[in-house]
Amino acid sequence: MFAKSEEVEARLGADLAAMLVQLSDRGPDSAGVAFYRDEAPPRSTKVTLYSADPGEDWGVVAAALREALGGAGEPAVRATHACIVVEADAEEVERWAVDARPDLRVMSAGSVIEVYKEVGRPEAFARQFALDDVRGTHALGHTRMATESRVTTEASHPFSTGLDVCLVHNGSLSNHNRLRLALRREGIPFRTDNDTEVAAGYLAWRMREGATLEQALEGCLDDLDGFYTFLVGTADGFAVLRDPIACKPAVLAETDDWVAMASEYRAIAVLPGAEDARVWEPSPGVVYAWERVAA
Amino acid sequence: MTAVAASPPVGAVETVDLAVTPLRELNQRLHHLARDDTGPGHWRVLHPNGAHALACGLDADVVVEIEGHAGYYCAGMNKRATVRVRGSAGTGVAENMMSGRVVVEGNASQSAAATAHGGLLVVHGDAAARCAISLKGADVVVRGSVGHMSAFMAQTGRLVVCGDAGEALGDSIYEARLYVAGDVDGLGADCVEKEMRAEHVHEVRELLERAQIDGVDPAAFRRYGSERRLYTFKVDNAY
Repeated sequence: MFAKSEEVEARLGADLAAMLVQLSDRGPDSAGVAFYRDEAPPRSTKVTLYSADPGEDWGVVAAALREALGGAGEPAVRATHACIVVEADAEEVERWAVDARPDLRVMSAGSVIEVYKEVGRPEAFARQFALDDVRGTHALGHTRMATESRVTTEASHPFSTGLDVCLVHNGSLSNHNRLRLALRREGIPFRTDNDTEVAAGYLAWRMREGATLEQALEGCLDDLDGFYTFLVGTADGFAVLRDPIACKPAVLAETDDWVAMASEYRAIAVLPGAEDARVWEPSPGVVYAWERVAA
Repeated sequence: MTAVAASPPVGAVETVDLAVTPLRELNQRLHHLARDDTGPGHWRVLHPNGAHALACGLDADVVVEIEGHAGYYCAGMNKRATVRVRGSAGTGVAENMMSGRVVVEGNASQSAAATAHGGLLVVHGDAAARCAISLKGADVVVRGSVGHMSAFMAQTGRLVVCGDAGEALGDSIYEARLYVAGDVDGLGADCVEKEMRAEHVHEVRELLERAQIDGVDPAAFRRYGSERRLYTFKVDNAY
């Protein structure tokens, strides 16, 4: 969901939650979202941390970050996750987490991204994480029915392996093991055995090497084997790509106020203005991208 | 034009609200019609909300109107019934239809009328990829455009597209006849354009009339079909 007006930005979380609930039956085992919102100040990094301990004292975590890295804001807690703005770069935060708090997971890092994901049905997830109140410029969501890897919080989508970049995926990849090895040699870290994480890592690597989002996605057509519909979020917008056979569903809709993408039209039909939207199914192997124009 | 579509029984509308009634109960009741052919002849389904497998496997002279969006495989395996979707339909609408009529007022997702043997599917919006894939005798009329790989391996039946067609139209086609008024992004293997003779214009006119689609000139269509050069068409390869 990509907002083109302030009105839609204000209700982005509520709209995304409504879309996720529509697709509960497609993916009842886990749900996740990535919101792009509230830019962190320069030279700071916004990180979303996850703790398996529901009683986690996030105030203590923020204090430890402050102590170790010089500065950290108050934690904004959502269920099992907390979002903290730290006066350090993403690598420093990641290193701190590995050394000082290996029980925590960095779900996302960047200037605008926030990733929240959890096992359970989308309805419960939307309630637990109070999605209805979230404002933002754009957001991605996913409901998961696991195929390639276990049902865990970490293996839920979206996957973020680069600053402000995240990916959700419908499909399955067949060459992810070899590709993971190759990407590890390039210094891309992986935390799960999940195929989607490899695709996210691939995109992060291509963009680190200078490719634009569009070029990185086009690279998928050559380098990824399998079937997929990808939805990628960046600080500025999002993009959609279907593999050249395009068996996996995707519907796009656009109005003057928003752009929405979903696996089934029913998820778009619940959005205000959907009845007047231009609706189409993306062609195979074509990158569709929307970006915010710098003000 | 079937009599059923034109004149549903008056005053006997059975309304089922899927916000209250489970989908299986609706489908079960519709299936019972096939057994005894008594019961309401005209059904309205409220709040479909994109549910999958709506009005599947019907075998009765009834009209079912779905007041909203349908999910996957709506009216699949349809026989005799008229099913109208007042919204969009998901993947595989009218899949393997045997007879009857299915009308989608919005868009249809991929694989509309896949393997359909008979009857008529009308889509007033666009149909996505693989429309009429492996068509086996049904007729499909699309007011808008169709996506890539439409009419792949279509064996017999007719596909009429008033808009454009995506890549690889009619790939590995057998004897189905394809008519497209707009642009074709590309033809699939062994699919070629063929001469549009008077009998073909007549055929398109008749199909548009049956589909109750006006404002489209039957003479504006181009015809596509098999060049019959693939393996299966060589007599030496026959068993």
